[in-house]
Amino acid sequence: MPEVFVLIPGRTSRQGTSINEGKDSPEYRDEVGTLIMSPEDMARLGIPEGGRVRLSTRQGQIELPCKTARKGELQAGVLFMAYGPWSSRLMGGDTHGTGMPDSKAFDVELEKMS
Amino acid sequence: MSETLKVVENATCTFCGCVCDDMELTVEGGRITKAKNACVLGKAWFLNHHVEDRPVAAIEGRAATLEEAVERAAQILARARYPIVYGLSDTTCEAQRVAVGIADRIGGCVDTTTSVCHGPSGMAFQGVGEVTCSLGEVKNRADLVIFWGSNPAESHPRHFTRYSVMPKGLFVPNGRKDRTVVLVDVRRTKSAAAADVFLQIKPRKDFEALWALRGLIKGVKLDPGIGDSIGIPLAQLEDLGRRMKSCKFGVLFFGMGLSMTRGKHLNAEAALALARDLNRYTRFVAKPMRGHGNVTGADNVVSWQTGYPFGVHFGRGYPRFNPGEFTTVDTLSRGEADAALIVSADPMSNFPQPAREHLQRIPVIVLDPKLSETAKVAAVSFTTATYGINVAGTVYRMDDVPIPLRPAFESPYPSDEKVLRAIDERIRNLQESA
Ligand code: SF4
Repeated sequence: MPEVFVLIPGRTSRQGTSINEGKDSPEYRDEVGTLIMSPEDMARLGIPEGGRVRLSTRQGQIELPCKTARKGELQAGVLFMAYGPWSSRLMGGDTHGTGMPDSKAFDVELEKMS
Repeated sequence: MSETLKVVENATCTFCGCVCDDMELTVEGGRITKAKNACVLGKAWFLNHHVEDRPVAAIEGRAATLEEAVERAAQILARARYPIVYGLSDTTCEAQRVAVGIADRIGGCVDTTTSVCHGPSGMAFQGVGEVTCSLGEVKNRADLVIFWGSNPAESHPRHFTRYSVMPKGLFVPNGRKDRTVVLVDVRRTKSAAAADVFLQIKPRKDFEALWALRGLIKGVKLDPGIGDSIGIPLAQLEDLGRRMKSCKFGVLFFGMGLSMTRGKHLNAEAALALARDLNRYTRFVAKPMRGHGNVTGADNVVSWQTGYPFGVHFGRGYPRFNPGEFTTVDTLSRGEADAALIVSADPMSNFPQPAREHLQRIPVIVLDPKLSETAKVAAVSFTTATYGINVAGTVYRMDDVPIPLRPAFESPYPSDEKVLRAIDERIRNLQESA
């Protein structure tokens, strides 16, 4: 059963340094293609380090590996990933009259992949 | 082979909105081999820079001369019924100015990456106003520094040391010791290590927390239940409110945690209104943490020329501003734009899917030093020289202070400004002969 989480895409220094090597560089792709999850949620859902999950919104779907957050970094129910082409795939085009699509703290459905 | 070694002093890094202008660059044989004073992001920006081995221009993916590409670009833009000009945050003010002129000439939209960065903050400035100051004042005066929804340790690495946290100033002679630093964020980011107080707020509760602070500083009694709803106990919020009222000079730096989260301009308005209210008791300012090198310049240039900072349409012969209508995610997602001129931005990699799909349906003209995802789908692409590294000009730091660029070496490619001028000129000829 998919479960609803709040996803926060954001900048990281590794995303910032590796973007200068190019968006095709393995560093960049790894950084923007990994999901960070609280240790509590990882344990509760039985997801091992590097285990893959599927995230979906009404707009799109991505599959990516999970990494455990640093202690205290994330509250349970909140996910983080470095901002990039994958996080953008989950964003809708509606800007609610602002020009800005919901780009942070939006709901995603998470499903563990076996 | 002996290669000449050149050292460029006081060069400017344009990777982030800090626009540090104290770089010492060592240039050897067409590469920067050392970037003294640069942070980890700045080093990656300078040291990875190399002159690409690509044709100066391409039409439908095939190499073309500059003249052929200018001709095709001008034809596309002159014929379009709803053309859009977008990007502009990673180029000089001189180039931005020409791009706005093109939008005016063809009766199109001009919008910048501000609309997907601090555009909502721009709307909030118009609604509330902005109590502001330069980063020099922050350095010399601020004794309370709050970062809200921003992670400078990773996005603006020298902000702490150059402007806000560490430096000794006229009225804060002991630097860090004279300041209280607070971080409010949904995530305990690497910036938390630099803060005295870290408040982990629940996602999408920024507006509520800021509004509650407005109440507290005015002496309004709040229901303790607010703590559960925002994730910050009322006692801690009251403590923050007291610090805000009693500091000598406070600054609230807010990031995209406010402008990109539901509520957007209302979140930013709450931050600006809080800072404004605090000036009844002390001196307090609120400032957005601007991202890209010259995104602040883009706001300034578009404002001088049109009266508005972004999301401007010239279709009626005079500028109209309407975020949500003339901003690029909207003109693309709704399928309205029929041609796009994109300068130093990569919407194909970071826009929502419906906008990307439309970009693939219309002719796109791209100016970029790199072969971006957008350049890959462009009808016409130009390889341009990199601002700051190869091109001189002006950029604006995040506090609206203009800074000159001192380029390290010349590029074989033309600047954005030169290409844009050629396109503009050709469009004028086409319009005059029509
Ligand atoms: S803080 Fe920003 S402008 Fe300064 S060196 Fe680092 S990336 Fe460049």
